[in-house]
Amino acid sequence: MAQVVIRNLNKKFDNEVHAVKDVNLEIRDKEFVVLVGPSGCGKTTTLRMVAGLESITSGNVLIGDKVVNDLPPMDRDIAMVFQNYALYPHMSVYQNMAFGLKMRKFERAEIEQRVHAAADILGIHELLQRKPRQLSGGQRQRVALGRAIVRHPQVFLFDEPLSNLDAKLRVQMRVELKKLHDRLGTTAIYVTHDQVEAMTLGDRVVVMKDGLVQQVGEPLELYNTPANRFVAGFIGSPAMNFAAVTVSDGGGALWAGNDGLRIKVPAPLSNRIGAYVGKPLTMGIRPEDLRIANGADPTDLSFGAVVEVVEKLGSEILLDVKVGGGSMVASVEPTTLTKVRDQVRLAINPDRLHFFDNASEAAI
Amino acid sequence: MIEGAKWKRWVFFYIPLAVFIFSLLFPFYWMIITTVRPDAELYRPWNAPNYTPFWTTRPTWEHVDYLLSETLFSTWMLNTMLIALASTAISLFCGLLAGYALSRLKFPFAGSLGTGIFVTYLVPQTLLFIPLADIIRNFHLGDTPWALILTYPTFLIPFCTWLMMGYFKAIPKELEECARIDGASRFKAMIYIIFPIAVPGILSAGIFAFTLSWNEFIYALVFLSSPEQKTVPVGVTSELIRGDVFFWGPLMAGALLGSIPVAMVYSFFVEHYVAGLTGSVKG
Repeated sequence: MAQVVIRNLNKKFDNEVHAVKDVNLEIRDKEFVVLVGPSGCGKTTTLRMVAGLESITSGNVLIGDKVVNDLPPMDRDIAMVFQNYALYPHMSVYQNMAFGLKMRKFERAEIEQRVHAAADILGIHELLQRKPRQLSGGQRQRVALGRAIVRHPQVFLFDEPLSNLDAKLRVQMRVELKKLHDRLGTTAIYVTHDQVEAMTLGDRVVVMKDGLVQQVGEPLELYNTPANRFVAGFIGSPAMNFAAVTVSDGGGALWAGNDGLRIKVPAPLSNRIGAYVGKPLTMGIRPEDLRIANGADPTDLSFGAVVEVVEKLGSEILLDVKVGGGSMVASVEPTTLTKVRDQVRLAINPDRLHFFDNASEAAI
Repeated sequence: MIEGAKWKRWVFFYIPLAVFIFSLLFPFYWMIITTVRPDAELYRPWNAPNYTPFWTTRPTWEHVDYLLSETLFSTWMLNTMLIALASTAISLFCGLLAGYALSRLKFPFAGSLGTGIFVTYLVPQTLLFIPLADIIRNFHLGDTPWALILTYPTFLIPFCTWLMMGYFKAIPKELEECARIDGASRFKAMIYIIFPIAVPGILSAGIFAFTLSWNEFIYALVFLSSPEQKTVPVGVTSELIRGDVFFWGPLMAGALLGSIPVAMVYSFFVEHYVAGLTGSVKG
């Protein structure tokens, strides 16, 4: 068990590609931290630097209280699960799981006891004598996990471990991973490009883009108060709607409007955007904070739209609508009766409006 | 399999296959039939009434007897075996390590070094034997097995290196990374993980190297002179072709017996060998 501290970590490949830029992270003991971002954002490179598979250009990685920059992977007391599982094809499942212990010169009896204990936890006892090629994707995944947990390492590193599984199995393994972490309590760093995985697994989530950390926070913190436009758009599915608006002052209140809508900005928010009167801004509203307006909704918190696509998901209906020159997605009640080309009025939840500076993209 | 009408299957599959098999196997048949044919039949003119080129009615072992008792054939076999095994072992060892390094380690000029090694393989032996002869003479290795054991690797190492490079590149590097996280050093990861997975590739490189050195002719011809030092290909051709007289029976017996070890090695490892060539690594 240990904390992992990453200080001013940088990685340049061949002195040209700056893949990881000044990353700072403190991962507490027993914490499950997820690094998430689009491909090429530096999340895997960061993980590989923690693992010792990639050299560090500058900065420090500490595991426990020890700087491990120059330690080879074998001496860092970590275990890693790879996207393609990386099971040794010429060894049985038992040998795969025992390999790390064997390399560390454990007693035979101890190895056996640990492998069987891990096999019990993961329910793979009957697979121990099989070769990896005789296993299904989910079973391979389990063996890869087993190989990591037999070692009782200080830190688990996961590099997109679920992305090779089909959708149903992925959801199932996600739950199992979460349970496993609750049970073992080992510090874990998990890399994924899937924001749903990040939100469901992580105690805290680190959103990265272009080698930079965009925001670090608990899942709901990222969802409710995104630090910038990128995080706002990346976290949440379907993604947040963005509209280019201009702020104007009228009737003792601030208004955000464009050619399709005009919204009265509620008091606490208007204090923050006061400096932007007369200037363009990006307004963000999540699809779930839009609904079909009824007669009681004031017109200054709703706007007209034309339905372009109706996506019936069962638990909700997604309406792709045209608002002025832009488009938005609204998540509405599954009982809503709307058809393509219908004129609808959408009401917004004013407390959940977001505003972003156009130049810096930071939340206001 | 070819779909459609029956004639299509014949024209595009069975007939070409039959032609292929025939042209492949006929030389072996010819070798066998010549080996067991008595001299009287062998030197019978083509227009004689009882001329039977494709079979014999009185098979005999006289040529094999002659080869084994009157020539140094068994010594040549031993020489060839020793030289082929030793040069294969050296080349495989170097080729394995070089192939691993070139495919896995990052070091300056790795790419150009790989190409350089390949280029040395392209230099024809017919050019290379001249400078090599000079080197052999300077080291006083002429007419010893070492002359061949040390020169065969000049073409075998590039060959093995390239074959192994390709094979190692096909092995996912995560396997090795995982082993290194599991507690293996780079060297141990290579020994316990990469080499066992690469066994089909190693076997094919070994078989190829063995065959190439077994059949090698020009270096053996140039660097060896005394009959008791010769290898099978050189011994058979130099001792059984005297002037313009060809001792066809013993020649063919020598060729036949000389190809048996290679054929055995091939058939023994054929499955691994095919897997090595098609480069299949199953995860």
